[in-house]
Amino acid sequence: MDYFNREMETASQSMLREVQLERLKKLVKYVSRKMPFYEKAFSEKKVDPEKFSSLDDLKYLPFTLKSTLRDNYPFALFAVPLEEVSELHASSGTTGKLTVVGYTKNDIKVWSEVMARALVCAGVTKGDIIQNAYGYGLFTGGLGVHYGALELGAAVIPISSGGTKRQLMLIEDFKSTVLTCTPSYALFMAEEARESGFNPSGTSLKVGIFGAEPWTEGMREQIEKEWNMKALDIYGLSEIIGPGVAMECEGKEGLHVFADHFLPEIIDPVTGEVLEEGKEGELVITTLTKEALPLLRYRTGDIVSLTSQPCRHCGRTMPRISKIKGRIDDMLIIRGVNIFPSQIETVLMSIPEVAPHYQIIVTREKHLDKLEVQVEVAEGILSDEIKKLEDLEEKVIREIESTLGISVKVKLVEPKSIERSMGKAKRVVDQRQI
Amino acid sequence: MAIMQLSVFLENRLGRLNEVLTVLSNNNINIRALSLAEKSSYGMLRLIVSDTAGAVEVLKKENIAVNTASVIAAEVSDKPGGLLDIMKLLEDNGINVEYIYAFVEKSGDKAVVVFRVEDTQKAENIFRGKSIRLLEEKDVSSF
Repeated sequence: MDYFNREMETASQSMLREVQLERLKKLVKYVSRKMPFYEKAFSEKKVDPEKFSSLDDLKYLPFTLKSTLRDNYPFALFAVPLEEVSELHASSGTTGKLTVVGYTKNDIKVWSEVMARALVCAGVTKGDIIQNAYGYGLFTGGLGVHYGALELGAAVIPISSGGTKRQLMLIEDFKSTVLTCTPSYALFMAEEARESGFNPSGTSLKVGIFGAEPWTEGMREQIEKEWNMKALDIYGLSEIIGPGVAMECEGKEGLHVFADHFLPEIIDPVTGEVLEEGKEGELVITTLTKEALPLLRYRTGDIVSLTSQPCRHCGRTMPRISKIKGRIDDMLIIRGVNIFPSQIETVLMSIPEVAPHYQIIVTREKHLDKLEVQVEVAEGILSDEIKKLEDLEEKVIREIESTLGISVKVKLVEPKSIERSMGKAKRVVDQRQI
Repeated sequence: MAIMQLSVFLENRLGRLNEVLTVLSNNNINIRALSLAEKSSYGMLRLIVSDTAGAVEVLKKENIAVNTASVIAAEVSDKPGGLLDIMKLLEDNGINVEYIYAFVEKSGDKAVVVFRVEDTQKAENIFRGKSIRLLEEKDVSSF
């Protein structure tokens, strides 16, 4: 197994903590001097940046929200004068205003390094040909992978996203060995390939590095089957650096966070309290080495769990996050318990007698939240016996309750009765008057 | 001879049964026998109709959840104890009945009892051994 930076990626826990603390102490002083936003937040929270001395004190530092970046559009949050900024990126938020991020020359160096680590983590080596079908432009995906490839010394084809026919032609003619794009585009390309008489399972592609959107294990299986290659998950977000924050190895047991640059925590999204290892919660990241736009405890909105157990497959010792389980925006709080529609979906997918079409109805009766899951019975195996339907209803209730830990009501509904949507399905109907 | 019964999964909401009946009526399909088992949020409508295959086709086209199951329709004498005689036969042979419903024939002194049992073949053999007349598909589509 290869590493791009063996010393850091396989560092002992104590060495990693030492590096993290050293960098965090410097960072706290840096942001308090260079960023009025943090200077103010420190004084409000009575944090003395000069006295900050322990990783355990991280929890006393203020959070940073996406809205903070938006409120400071475009450059007001930057810690360096514009003449030190060498690159600008932006991501469009669903609310309209852009989130702008800046990089110094050194930030780009860090980005190149962590992306090179990610590529090596996926098994990419010099001599590989990376077909980079992430978009080049304001979006960080394209250039992030590009910088990593340059740093590693692997050939990169900057084809960007789209132009499926040309993508397929290059895969065939250039004999690309690595594909980088969103997982949904990889599936779309396979479909297009088959339709134009091109066999996607017979190419020289050996691994795909997919990210920029949440995807399921089911999608992974499908991509691996269609393309006859390994499909690995990469995590990143422009606010932190772009792609290269964390990467899966071939063992597919979580994404290795490059924690000497990005310090991860998992918090309860409601109380903000730090959760113990293994618990699911919101991923919060502190950038330890960024110069242009360092962020303390940035709330990613992504729901994951975290483990610091060294990886038994590749030997990396850095903490690992799970695949993204959901987004905070989708979260429901039922009787104080955090529920994600994706948890219910996973349960329903495992029961063949129901179709994965469902709707979650939340109501409040006498100050008590009620959760009802309406799910379509699968057409082919519909029984004419009430007893079997009752058993099915009970089974769905039992499985959901054991996953969520709260009681639910289940209503079986007719096949095709839940409204289909072309885009994002409307899964939750919250009728509570809060 | 087993005959085919339709089973339709119905959500419990106003007018849903009428929607199903409308589809059958518009397609000139006659209902011979019917039973409706109800739960609080859904029901199971069981039907024996004049044209089973046709009914399945038109109901599916309207996105109505329909399935078929084979049931036994046996003639019993339309007199006190008529049903009991036949049930005793099943009990003596250890055949468990899932559900049952009955209708009276238009002419004659017979009633028809529809059985859904675990082992259809075995039940048929027993009835036949006792010379009990079992309705066939053609009886259903013509009577």
